[in-house]
Amino acid sequence: MERVEFITESPDSGDGVSTKSMMLNMGPQHPATHGVLRIVLHLDGEIVVKAVPYIGYLHRGIEKLCENITYQQCLPYTDRMDYLAAICNNIGFILTVEKLLGIEDEIPERAKVAEVILFELGRIESHMVGIGTHALDLGAMTAFFYCFKERERIYDILELVCGARLTTSYPRVGGLPLDLPEDFEEKIRNFLKIFPETIDEVDKLLTRNKIWVNRTKGVAYISAEDAINLGLSGPNLRGSGVPHDLRKSNPYLDYDKYDFEIPVGTDGDAYSRYLCRMEEMRQSVKIIEQAINNLPDGPYAADLPEIVLPKKELVYTKMESLIRHFVLVYEGLKPPVGEVYHGVENPKGELGYYLVSDGTAKPYRMRVRGPSFVNMQAIAQMVKGAFLADVITAIGSLDIVLGEIDR
Amino acid sequence: MSVDSDSVIGSIRSQFESSIYKTYSFRDETTLFVKKESFLKFCRSLKQDFKFTYVIDITAVDYLDIRVPRYEMVYLFHRFGDDYDENIRIRIKVELEDSDITIDSITPIWSGANWLEREVLDMFGIEFRGHPDPRRILMPEDYKPHPLRKDFDVRNRQPSKESFEKELKEGFE
Amino acid sequence: MNSSLGGDGFLTTTINYIANWGRKNSLWPMPFGTACCAIEMMGAFASRYDISRFGAEVARFSPRQADLMIVSGTITYKLASVCRRIYDQMPNPKWVIAMGSCTCGGGPFDSYAVVQGIDEFLPVDVYVGGCPPRPEALIDAIMKIQKKIENEGAPII
Repeated sequence: MERVEFITESPDSGDGVSTKSMMLNMGPQHPATHGVLRIVLHLDGEIVVKAVPYIGYLHRGIEKLCENITYQQCLPYTDRMDYLAAICNNIGFILTVEKLLGIEDEIPERAKVAEVILFELGRIESHMVGIGTHALDLGAMTAFFYCFKERERIYDILELVCGARLTTSYPRVGGLPLDLPEDFEEKIRNFLKIFPETIDEVDKLLTRNKIWVNRTKGVAYISAEDAINLGLSGPNLRGSGVPHDLRKSNPYLDYDKYDFEIPVGTDGDAYSRYLCRMEEMRQSVKIIEQAINNLPDGPYAADLPEIVLPKKELVYTKMESLIRHFVLVYEGLKPPVGEVYHGVENPKGELGYYLVSDGTAKPYRMRVRGPSFVNMQAIAQMVKGAFLADVITAIGSLDIVLGEIDR
Repeated sequence: MSVDSDSVIGSIRSQFESSIYKTYSFRDETTLFVKKESFLKFCRSLKQDFKFTYVIDITAVDYLDIRVPRYEMVYLFHRFGDDYDENIRIRIKVELEDSDITIDSITPIWSGANWLEREVLDMFGIEFRGHPDPRRILMPEDYKPHPLRKDFDVRNRQPSKESFEKELKEGFE
Repeated sequence: MNSSLGGDGFLTTTINYIANWGRKNSLWPMPFGTACCAIEMMGAFASRYDISRFGAEVARFSPRQADLMIVSGTITYKLASVCRRIYDQMPNPKWVIAMGSCTCGGGPFDSYAVVQGIDEFLPVDVYVGGCPPRPEALIDAIMKIQKKIENEGAPII
């Protein structure tokens, strides 16, 4: 839906020409807004004088809904925030609840390594859409198809692991709900063989493509200082030259044991952020390689009867397990009174969960710090004084997802 | 790590002895309770003297019937350090009485606080003095209640419906 | 060829049938994607599922050039009036697919901001359940719409 209105007529500035500034409404239904973002642009000719974003068109009240259900029931809602990398949201939430319960040290190694693999798959999955749709918006359609081809491969792996393609709801508090499937390792190794070729193909299509470079280089610039001040995170912050990554700075899931680098851009423009994302995927491949080589055997869930559901075959055969299962499902797990914040490095930036527990099975307050929500603030500054067409580049390079902005 | 988090928090506490009236620690996360009157001054110093340049999150909690004062503002700040190697985090809380739910805005200090504060305004109805753009952010502008307050029912769709019907009748802005 | 056309190069049919046949095989969807389902819809348009095999790949983001609206993703009350307005802008004849549980009946979001089913304000032709439905389900829905169009007897011009 687009509508044009002429709003103000500025008086003759002395050269005999009077100009009109124009207000252009972009969105909420617009192919390049990645969902239902609405931006009102004030234009002087083709130059953006001011951009005012309006959000909330997808506000579903997830935070409020989660206050009324148990911790385990919150998990499916976390899928539906950043649905491009649902598995990362799941793992972030699970880690927060584990921190609240104080059981981080009891999680078995196999579960942790599996979560790292899935987390990095989620990162690749999200960057594939981020780059694919960004390229699509700027007119490079082929890259979109290449990216989605790879996404389908990741979907296949996720489907094998948890039965769902997009909304995974996979790990549980205390570990994994089921052991990894038998051919998991083989599938991952296959993927690792094929995937770097696709990155190279996308790289060939875009990185030195004259049109792509012209449309992204020097566009949507943000300085390191402004990026920090605005609270940007993820590739948007690193593209401006700030080497901040929670996997290194506040490690979780034993990320400090893996050997990988944090790509940092230098220019702070859309091209720099694109290069960061490309390199991040290569680093993710490196992490997955290390993880799959060190995937240990052994238990996949912690031995904590008050928190982890008993195995299904025991529920059907043992009375005690049946009672435990019933109590855990019916009453839920009860963390101690307290509050925790835990941030994970989602593909889009820092995803933080802030949980306040009053000792009952339902979170008293669940706050989600969506990275896109904070990143989105930068749009007004990025497009000020730029061309109208650069607004599309700016939105694409911020790599936003509206489910997370509005929640 | 050049400085550890305890020493930074210790020096903050000693400098603002009169403003900080409670500290609380749970799962290695320290929370400082700051008096509302000196909050803005405290924040300025936090950014300038203690180099907490990065605001992570701003939110609020409604303790209806559980605690007095009813509202609590929660701020989370991050300090990178000179070579991005310190990564110290601190949580600041300000308690707000039900009778006076206004607080100084920190958007002039950290511009990233802008939308986060607007969200709190939208969801809890807490007003921010000195905020450059105090409008609702997620709900429609003619929407009246504040959904995340504990006395609002999650299934209360009536106000949303009214705003929708009004918009249908009058057309899209 | 000649024998199948009655030997004389002619073919008899009704104008309704031929118009419906043309319409059903060249649906121009207007993807109204908001949330998770939109990603599966993109999946249906992309390499593996390739919706163009069913003649429905010409996605038009302008409602004035479309005849099939695929509403995929949660619709909130704030968005509902936009959705209705876009529907009104589409020329007749037009069809609507409600993709995903949220559009069918609110899905998991029984909350203060979410419309409990888009049929509160839009006429829906095909409902696709699932959270989110797989691309196959969307393709099936398009085939159902095609069947529906085939049997439509309303005045066509």
